[in-house]
Amino acid sequence: MNSTLKPVPWKLHLAVLAVAIAFPFVFPSNFMVNFGVLALFYAFIGQSWNIAGGFAGQLSFGHVAFFGVGAYASTILQIRFGFSPWVGLPAAAIAGALVGGIIAVLSFRAGLKGSYFALITLAFAEVLRIIANSVDITGGGLGMLIPMKPGAANFQFAERTGFYFLILALAAGSVALAEWLRRSRFGAQLAAIRENEDSAKALGINVFNEKVKVMLLSGAIGGMGGCFFAQYFLYIDPLIVFGTDKSVEMLLVSMIGGAGTVYGPLVGAVLLALVSDGTRALTQIQGLSLALYGALLVVIIAYLPNGLIDLFGRWRKPARGKR
Amino acid sequence: MLRVSGLSKVFGGLRAVDDASLQVDQGRIVALIGPNGAGKTTLFACIAGFQPINAGRVQFLGRDITGLPVHEIARAGMVRTFQITQPFAKLTVHENIAVGAYQKFPERHRAWEHARAIASQVGMEHMLEQPASELTVAGRKRLELARALATSPRLLLLDEVMAGLNPSEILEIIAIIRKIRDSGVTVLLIEHVMHAVMSLSDTIYVLSYGKIIAQGTPEEVVNNQAVVEAYLGRGSTLPQDDAKPGASHA
Repeated sequence: MNSTLKPVPWKLHLAVLAVAIAFPFVFPSNFMVNFGVLALFYAFIGQSWNIAGGFAGQLSFGHVAFFGVGAYASTILQIRFGFSPWVGLPAAAIAGALVGGIIAVLSFRAGLKGSYFALITLAFAEVLRIIANSVDITGGGLGMLIPMKPGAANFQFAERTGFYFLILALAAGSVALAEWLRRSRFGAQLAAIRENEDSAKALGINVFNEKVKVMLLSGAIGGMGGCFFAQYFLYIDPLIVFGTDKSVEMLLVSMIGGAGTVYGPLVGAVLLALVSDGTRALTQIQGLSLALYGALLVVIIAYLPNGLIDLFGRWRKPARGKR
Repeated sequence: MLRVSGLSKVFGGLRAVDDASLQVDQGRIVALIGPNGAGKTTLFACIAGFQPINAGRVQFLGRDITGLPVHEIARAGMVRTFQITQPFAKLTVHENIAVGAYQKFPERHRAWEHARAIASQVGMEHMLEQPASELTVAGRKRLELARALATSPRLLLLDEVMAGLNPSEILEIIAIIRKIRDSGVTVLLIEHVMHAVMSLSDTIYVLSYGKIIAQGTPEEVVNNQAVVEAYLGRGSTLPQDDAKPGASHA
């Protein structure tokens, strides 16, 4: 079953965590660890979208706004002001949350819902991209290069496994947050808002406040994702960290895996990483991975509207019949 | 407990509710009846804060709640149901009711326990795991009632919870509403099922073209000339005939 308030069993959490921890030891090659980092990274930023879009039903096309703001916040602090990226990580979270809060207050005050909200988030992301392109502190269109200084203190690891375990910790944290949403009153209120705002109000839920809160959370996660991205690739520019393709990826991994589920983004992210690494290893055609991924999306929406995770549910409980 | 005075609601040129006043006393079941389009649901929406009003005041538990947002009115203890049921479709029955229960009990286990108790109070204890989208009309109406009840309201506004139900389902829900009242919750209901209104209500208000045209006990209202005319049209009763026939259905 998708999108319910049922907790995921602890055993499943432990099993997934065990597999994730064992992965770089079983597949120690750079290629495979890189694959793992990317999958967990997409799972992490996908969870940012999932918390707002999947759990609370606030669909956004511009989640990259948080991501980009986080990437720039930590990188500017590091390059221009000499702060360690470890300071940059919480700063990125705060910056992302701030942007999430601002977008939320403005658009929910104005009563924007559904596709209008989606469009306004897209507009915000584009505006931020243009700002990043035109002011000095971001380095404009040239972007910012983070000097390579390996060392855990610099948030840079000689071994890719260092990054792997860092993003694993972040992703695990985001899964824990999603799990908490399933179990908590806050999560139940978000589900109510997603399903029917009028009913939620009628029962005494402060719809506006709850929606702003969830956008703060979602923005914080997106911001941290941006910081990690900058440190992993050591280069950011407006098109990379505010590009619409990232918004789409954040949304796609959740939808393909299962929006509103705890592990949906992870399932979708593993598939995305498989498709993108797989096509890159086999062919030279640029963008083939996204085309393939799009085709997969069509198939999944047609046959598994609740996402791939539904497949596991069906296989576990075939007796549930209908739907 | 609830006092509405001089409430008016205008849509464009239409006075949907025109200077309506009514009072609901603690522990009573009060009914609001009237022909289709009389403005009953609009009046409900205005009382519960879903619609801004053009004139008048709403007082609840001695406090002026005119213009307060819906969720604050609900938290103060006045909770409405919807005529066209609005379930949380993808959630199960238990989860739907739990959302209401969470408003009273923030901790998960207490909220879920309370939801289970409410479910058995309205006879839904066998359907806890069913998704709300798969319920029948009767089930959805009950769920609507249960969800509101789970918030532990002081006053329940029930908008046609019997519409679309078969006679035996109506009898069941009459018994449920009576039990709710006996447990200390005051009830204001909109209903078209007249035998239910007659057997449940302590007081009845009749709304026609946005105006309250009559009020009183069930007997008084049935015998009211204006009420019969509102339902059946002028000339439908002969003066000497005492106006009994029409008012008992519709």
